[in-house]
Formats: sequence, C-alpha cells, structure tokens
Amino acid sequence: MAEYKKSLVDTSRLVRDRTTKSRIVDFITRWEFIIFALIVFEVIVFSNLTPYFLDTFNLLNTTFNFSEKAILALPMIFIILCGDIDISVAAIIALSSFTMGFAAAHGAGTGTLIIVGLLSGLAAGLFNGVFVAILGMPSIAVTLATQSIFRGIPQAILEDQAYTHYPEGFGYFGQGYIGNSMLPFEFFLFLVLAVITGFVIHKTTYGRKLYAIGNSATASKFSGIPVRRIRMINFALTGLFAGIAAILLTSRIGSTRPNIALGYELEAITLVVLGGVSITGGKGNIFGVILAVFLLGYLKFGMALLNMSAKIMIITTGALLIVAVLIPEFISIRKKKNKLKKQKKDENTEEVA
Amino acid sequence: MKELLRKREFTLLVIIAFVLVLIVIRVPAFLEMENVLRIVNDTSILIMVSLGQLAIIVTGGIDLSVGSIIAFSGMAASMLNQYHPDISVFIVLLVGIGVGTGLGMFNALIIAFGKVPPIIATLGTLSVFRGFTFVLSKGQWVTAHEMTEKYMNLPHGHFLGLTNLIWFGIIVSLLMYGFMRYTRTGREVYAIGGNKTAALFVGVSEKKIQFVVYTLMGILAGLAGVMWTARFAAAVNETAIGFELQTVAACVLGGVSIAGGSGTVVGVVLGALFLGIITNALPVVKLSPFYQMGLQGVVVLGAMVVNSLSAKREEKRLLERRLD
Amino acid sequence: MSQPMLRLEKISKYFPGIKALDDVHLVLHPGEVHALVGENGAGKSTLVKIITGVYQPTNGKIYYKGEELDFANALEAQKHGIAAIHQEASMFPELSVTENIFMGHHIKHRGRIDWKEMRNHTAALLERMDLNINPSTTVKNLSTAERHMVEIAKALSIDADLVIMDEPTSALSLREIEDLYKIIRQLKDAGKAVLFISHKFDEIFEICDKYTVFRDGKYIGEGPVEKSALDKIITMMVGRSLDQMFPKAEVKITDPILEVKNFTRTGYFKDISFTLRKGEILGFFGLVGAGRTEIMRALFGIDKASSGEVVFKGKQVAIHNPKTAMKLGIVYIPEDRHEQGAIQDMSITHNITLPVIDELSPLGITRKAAEQETVQKYGTLMEIKAASWDVALNTLSGGNQQKVVIAKWLATHPKVLIMDEPTKGIDVATKAAVHRFVSSMAEKGLAVILVSSELPEIEGMSDRIIVMHEGRVTAEYERGQVDSETIIRAATGNLKEQSA
Repeated sequence: MAEYKKSLVDTSRLVRDRTTKSRIVDFITRWEFIIFALIVFEVIVFSNLTPYFLDTFNLLNTTFNFSEKAILALPMIFIILCGDIDISVAAIIALSSFTMGFAAAHGAGTGTLIIVGLLSGLAAGLFNGVFVAILGMPSIAVTLATQSIFRGIPQAILEDQAYTHYPEGFGYFGQGYIGNSMLPFEFFLFLVLAVITGFVIHKTTYGRKLYAIGNSATASKFSGIPVRRIRMINFALTGLFAGIAAILLTSRIGSTRPNIALGYELEAITLVVLGGVSITGGKGNIFGVILAVFLLGYLKFGMALLNMSAKIMIITTGALLIVAVLIPEFISIRKKKNKLKKQKKDENTEEVA
Repeated sequence: MKELLRKREFTLLVIIAFVLVLIVIRVPAFLEMENVLRIVNDTSILIMVSLGQLAIIVTGGIDLSVGSIIAFSGMAASMLNQYHPDISVFIVLLVGIGVGTGLGMFNALIIAFGKVPPIIATLGTLSVFRGFTFVLSKGQWVTAHEMTEKYMNLPHGHFLGLTNLIWFGIIVSLLMYGFMRYTRTGREVYAIGGNKTAALFVGVSEKKIQFVVYTLMGILAGLAGVMWTARFAAAVNETAIGFELQTVAACVLGGVSIAGGSGTVVGVVLGALFLGIITNALPVVKLSPFYQMGLQGVVVLGAMVVNSLSAKREEKRLLERRLD
Repeated sequence: MSQPMLRLEKISKYFPGIKALDDVHLVLHPGEVHALVGENGAGKSTLVKIITGVYQPTNGKIYYKGEELDFANALEAQKHGIAAIHQEASMFPELSVTENIFMGHHIKHRGRIDWKEMRNHTAALLERMDLNINPSTTVKNLSTAERHMVEIAKALSIDADLVIMDEPTSALSLREIEDLYKIIRQLKDAGKAVLFISHKFDEIFEICDKYTVFRDGKYIGEGPVEKSALDKIITMMVGRSLDQMFPKAEVKITDPILEVKNFTRTGYFKDISFTLRKGEILGFFGLVGAGRTEIMRALFGIDKASSGEVVFKGKQVAIHNPKTAMKLGIVYIPEDRHEQGAIQDMSITHNITLPVIDELSPLGITRKAAEQETVQKYGTLMEIKAASWDVALNTLSGGNQQKVVIAKWLATHPKVLIMDEPTKGIDVATKAAVHRFVSSMAEKGLAVILVSSELPEIEGMSDRIIVMHEGRVTAEYERGQVDSETIIRAATGNLKEQSA
C-alpha cells in the first residue's frame, strides 16, 4: 500500500515535469483534431471558391447524398472494432431493396414494406454471422462470397429489369423533411442512430466488450466474454442497419435495380477508418467517425459545386482510405522511436548522476 | 495411395468429373473437343490472375484491386494501339504488362512498407485505379474497329491447334508452378503465411515477400488486361468489375487456405477450370447468365465450409492418433 | 588461448518500457559447451535473438571469430554459420519435415530447388539422430517431441560453427535427451561451440564446460562447471538461497470442493481423476505438452472435454464456457499473459473489471465509480505499482502485469483458483510476492491448482503433487514424500525403469 502511494507521487511529478509543449503536440496529433481541422480548412477553401457552399439550405440538403452511407458506417464501427469486416453491406441493401420492390409489386403497403426491408436485412446479417461467428470462418472471405449471393438473387430474378412502383407514403423516408423544417428525415435519423451508437460504444458493457474483443479475442474469451455471441450480434445489427439504409435509398430514388448501392461498402468502411477506428480492431471512437462523415460528405458536395467529375471523387475516396491508415502508422512509428530514444537518454543521465 | 486420396486436388478432380458426367448426360456434345477447348480458352485469363491471387493468399493477404488493374492496363494498351497502330503489338503487350506491374508495385509499396493491411490497401486502390481508368479514357471506349487486327490476334491466334490465349495460360501456369515449388522466394511465400515468427528466425523477410507477390500480381493482371481487351475487342471502363471475387473463388475451390500458409498451383488451376465449366454449363442447363453471380457466391461459400469442416476433421484424426 | 568463437561486449537491448538486457557480456570458445544460466525473464532468449540477428542490440558489440559483426537479419547470421534452436515453436506446420529443415537455405541445383537432394540429406540427418521420421511427412502430423527433434536437426543441417540451444530438452523424453547429449558431444569434438541454455542443473552438469549467469537482464558471473560450483550458481541465479523462496504456510485442509473423474479430451489427456480440497494447493508437474494446461482449459470451459465428470461441491456440473465456470467460482489464470491473461492495450481498470463488468453495470450501463472502487480494492491488495489505474497494461513490467491478471480474478470472488505457470517470466521479487499470495489464498480457504514446470516451485508450494506424462497421470505424491529425481522420472515416463 505504502509502496503504491509512493509510486503515485513519483510519477505525478514526472507528469508535471512534462512540458506543456508535448501535451499540445499530443492533442493536435489526436486523430479527431486533425479531421476537425481538415473540415475547417475545407469550409474555408470551398466558401472562398463558390458562394453556394455556405448556405444553410444547401448544407442540409446535401445530406441526402451521404446519410445512407453514414448510417451504414455506424454498425460497421462495431464490426471493425471487433477486428472483423463486412463487405457485403451494399449487397444487403440490394437484397432488401429487392424484397421490398417484390412486396410492393404484390400490393404491400408502406408499413409492410418497412418490415420486409428490415427483416430481410436482418436475415442477411444473421446469415453472415452464422459463418463468421459460429463456424469461425474469416469475415473477409465470407462476406466476399455472400455479397455475390445477396446481389446475385435480385440479379437472377430482375435480370435487367427494375421495380419502380412504390406506394404513395413510401417516398417520405428518403425524400421528406422533419415537419416544416429544412432538416431531412434521413439526416435526422442518422443523428439519432449516431447518438444511440455512441452511447452503446462508450457507455455500455457491450461497448466495453467490443474493445476487449478487438484488442484480443483470446484474452476476452479467457475473461468470460461471449465472443461468438457478440460477433454474431454485430453482423445481425449490420444487416439490420443495411435494411434501414435500403428503405431510405429505395424511397429516395424510387426504384430498385440489381446494381443499387454499388460500392457503398467501400464508402462505409472508408468513413469508419477515416474516423480513426483501427482496422485491426480495438481502437477508435464515435466522434471521429461522425466527423469523417461530414469531412467526406462536404468534400464531395464542394467538389460537385465546382463541377468536378464523379470519377475524381471515387479516386479521392479510395486515396483517403489508404492515407487514413498510412498516417497513423507513421505517427505510431515516430512515437515508438521517440520513446526508445528517450529511454536511452534517461539511461545516460542516470549513469551521469 | 491413401495420401493421394486425401489430397485436395484429387477430391476436386472427382467433383469436376462428377459434374461433367451430370452435364454430359443432358448434353452429350458438352465434352466434344471443340467445346472443351472453348472452356479452357474462356478460363485462361482467370487461371493467370488466380495464380497471382494464390501467391498473395498464401502469404495471408488478399488483392481486391485486380479487376481495376486489368481495366487500367487493358485500357492503356488498347489506347496505345488505337493512337499508334504502327507500334508493334509486342511492344503494346509489354507496355500493358509494364503498366500492370507499376500498379501492382504501388499496392506492394503501401502494403509492405506502409504497413497498410492488404484488404484496406487494395479496397482503396480498387477505386483509385478504376477512377484513373475513367480519367485515362475520358469515359470513352476503345472498340473493335479502333484496334488493329494484330492486337486482337494476340489471344485469338493459333499455334499447334491451340489459341495463343491457351498457350499464355499454360506458360503462366508452368512458370508459377516452377516459382512456387522450385525457387527459394516461392518457398518463402509459404513460410511467411505458415508461421511469420519462424520465418523471421530463418531470415525470411516479410517485406520482400509481400513486395514480390503484389508486384507479381500486377504483372499477371497487366498481361490479363491486354488479353481481356484484345479478346473481347473492346476496352471499356467497366472491364473486369467484380473479377477479384472470381480469382478468390478459384483459390478457395482449389483448397487454398484463406488464413495463409497452404495452397498449390495445381489446385488453383483445377479450381479455375471448375468455375469455367459451371459458367459454360449455365446456358446448357437452361439458366440465364444472370444466375452466374449468385451461383458463384454459393459455390465459394460451399467450398469454404467444406474446407473448414475437413480441416476440423483432419485435426480430429491427428488428435485421435496422438495419445494411443 | 585460442581465439574466441563468440565475444559479446556490453550488449543492451531495450523494448519500450523494458530493459531486457543491460550491459551483459559473454565469451565462448571453439570446442566448448557453455551454459547460459538464469531464471525465466533473465534475458536469455533475448540474447539468443540478438546473436542470431533476429533482434539488433540497442548498444554493444558482437565479435564472431574475431570480427565485429552486425547482423541485419537472421539469414546473415545463418550464412556465417550460427544456428539456433529457438524456445518458441518455430515450425511451419503445413510444410514437410525436409522443407522445415531447409527453409532459408534450400539446396539448389542449376538454379532450382533440388527436392531429392534435400530429402536425402534430411533422411541422413534424421538417421544420424536415430529418428524414425519420414522426411516427406507434414510437420503437423508429428508429436511434440518429434517436432523438437526436427528443430534440432534443422540447426544441425547448416553445418554451423556456433550452435545455440535454447531450452532444447523441455519436451524431450530421457532417451531423446541422451541422443541430444550424443549430438552435442559430436559437435564439441568437431571443434564447434555450443551455447546451451537451461535452468536444469542436472543437464548443465552432464554436458557443459563453463557457465555464465544472468539475472534480471544483467550479467552476474561466470566460471567452470565443476561439482563445487552448484551452490555458487544457484546463489547467483536467484540472489538468495533456495529455502527462503517458498513461504508455504501450514493450512488445515478441509472438505473436497472439486472432484474430477475420468476426464478425457481426445488427443490431449486421458482418464484424469483427482480431488481438490479447500485450503489445499495441488501441484501439477510435467513436461511441456504433457496435457496439464489442456485439462485446466477444459475445466474452465475454454475447450470441450470428450468424456468424464466434474463434481463441484458434491453436485455434478457441466462447464460449457468460462462464464459458467466463473459463476461456480472456478477461475483460470493462464500461462500466456500476453495473449490470454490480459488485454495489453487496455487500461489496468478495464482489465481488472472485465470479468465482472456485467455485475458492476446495472442495466448494462458502465459506472465509473463502481469500477474505480473495485480496482482500488484489488489493485492495492496486489500491490500493483503504476502511475495511475488508467495507464495501459503494456506500460507495466511483467511482474506488475501478472499482478493485474491475478487482481482481475480476485474481483470475481473465486473458490477454486487455477494458476498456470504463474511465475513464468517475472522478476524474482514479484515471484516471491506471487508465492506469498498463493499461500495466503489457501489460508483463506481457497482451493488452488498450481501448474508449473519448475520443480522447486511445485515442491515448495504444493500440499500434493500430481505428475503427468503424455496426457496421463503417472504419479501422485504427498508433500515431501519423494525426492526430486523420482518426480522427474514420473514426468518423463521412466518410473518403472527405476523400480525394475
């Protein structure tokens, strides 16, 4: 006990000795701060280049272009925190959209469509979960295969046709606004879901277990954490959220083709990784991801205002994904080197003393 | 004999024979020489690229960007042919391969030296390379009448009764067999995937091996890009979209462990041929080509389940022998 | 005196937060078998990795055959004729025996690998070692002992001048150890140098000419191996004499709490039966791979047993997962702290509260105050030294990490405490603290299972000792009933030879 107290005193002195400079450096090399600074930079640049950028209506309305992807990114945080990955999310959207189109073509009402969309997303997620969590197969291989199954079903049945008839009220989810405000329903839903997701990740035992599993699934198992069940739930949730995204997207564009939401998985994963969640699991937080949503969303909006081609945006997204992983790698190598250097220095001063 | 029966390649051969029998019962013409050669010809590109994927998966990685590398290098070669029809097609072929090699090397750099996990790196370059294909082509296609006859003859020409494309497939397979089995670097690929620590102890460099396999994939995908555009007489921006799945599928079917450390060239060639047979049999059994995507997913998933179950059974068999 | 084969000067190696080696030196001559002695965590394995080029030293110089060397990687060291048998399993399970032996230096003929030649070499090598193994067999098909022998063959295959053997006998039977001695003598006669790392004195006195002792990453002393050196070596190794080390208190042993009957897991252990009583410390001794860890894993619900019964407090129980075991009050502190025992990147707090997080968090919402209270209580009890409870575990020393792992399980109020190699790789002071703690837990009426490969620890701490060999129980002794040699015979499956 005495020893413990002594050590506390010792180190607190050390902490105080650390220069204010190094603390500032620590803060500004924090990932969320970097992203936030980039957003500020982006806003300054675009608002100088075009008068249409800093406009409340525009800024809110462009959220239609990224809300569905942002919603997909939320459960993807769970998956990636656990060290897994799901590249079938976009295909799940295609499957859910297809089942909804099929139901609508057979006269289902809006309420039924919602249920059909959610359930087929959930079912697809559970299907992934069985192979990954129960049979223990690698998530990348499983979801690579299931993405072609999920998208293969609408493709086999729809071929080059499309479902285009949806009931009257269905359009609200992807096109409507909250009351008479300028706030799109989609974006509002994303904010609500983001708050819930953030709460689960940072304030509940479930969130704690996600971090534990991502850092070491073995040690988590040895600590009595039901690793399989949690990974299963993650995949089921991702399916469910993909179902939600399918409802919004189908409602927004009013049609279902087999190639709907193509490439969305890349964007969702990019948002999560860009948000500072480590692709190897166990590190990251919700704030980074939410900031990444705005960074990427408004980057594309600004580029679109400047009439840049969609292809440039695809390249930007891919490049950002790689850079987002490269930079922290370099930072951590630097930090490790500095630490060793410091240790060596401490050593020498010790000898002198 | 028992060893042979337990071998993955043998099982696959039996399954292929079984499927063939089923098809031949319905359509006897399926096994005629002409049709068999057509299937092999159709599958040659898949074989080449899957062998690149084999080396990568054995190290424990994956390359999702192959489709985009094929598209970009195919587009580059086709445009060169279009604007400078007087340049020898061999130069064009080399340029296509060179472009692919460059892209593969880019992947190799960020994976081996930037320490970016392969899945993220290649998921990123999948869209970067595809985007640059659009930029390069300005959204335009290169169509048959814009290509020279000689260019299109690269895969279509015949030699000793086989198409050049089949010869390319055979040569690549033999070279890859030699590389994976008879060179130190090839064996070190297995070492890295099998036990990274042990590999380090015997001086195998992970960086070097990663660099080699992703660059190698670039070479093969570059070759495939030229072959693809010349064969279909069109270089479009959507060339080979989703092809990465087919290459992974061929590997998984061929018994390559996704976790790394094991897999053979023979297995992958058989796996690719199996996929080729199924694709070609679709119209024969009166299924629309739109079924291909879903069916492929089912076959891959099924193969993975079989792999994982048989690995578990194998482990159990070993354990039962151990103490008694 | 001849030129030394190997001379290390002022070698240091730092890892973030840890000084694994601190200014050590070592001299090794041709034709010499040199014992590097030290307890776990003394820095022996780190030194091996530096000599073989796997690690680069932070400071210091290496002279090999008189030249200063700076190996960038393991291959360079190999090319210079340095071979090592590493302690960790360094096999490629999916590849053949031949390839495992030749990985890194495949034989080539006309630019391509000559498989036939390599197979012939392997066959000859295996024959020289009296091993009946087919060179083409995949390594995953071999037994643990066979794998170790292949590992040794691998080191011999490069015709090295310096062979380093890091705990080469830990999984070998007596007959195989004899074969190994024969090989070492051959090497010595051929003028090679052998660095033999072990903490088993019988082996050192059997085969070694000189010794060097390390303790806690520091050089302590050296000398010739002769009968009178034993006490000196021991004192140098532990920094104190042996009898002070085990503070085992006399405890009244009461009712049985855990009974295991005919417990079997195919391929790992067979027909294991024992009874554990309150207040008792039950030691499990055996060689690496004897199946002790596997029994404990099955008892804790990590793996599924194939057959057998577990009776807890008189009632038959089925333990399917660790949670069930925890609810009964059975906890398991695994051998591998890094991979299994704790989560390196998480804070002390989050590590300690992980098994009880559900109990501390009503409605599934975490409460900081409750967590801090728990950590304060058990962290202080275990005398964990740290700047704060919020630092990541990997900033702590090995000994403090182990204390965190123990604290984590104390928070669950266990009734049966299973400890697997609880003092492996930690410093001597913490080791003593762990021993004191084990003893005090037994005094409080807990039942303790102690799995250890260190015989002095087993003999010093246990009320009863169960000895295992190849998945079976070969003997059971009361405290002090037999001498160390008998226990080792039982662990190597040679009990009958002695009585015959």
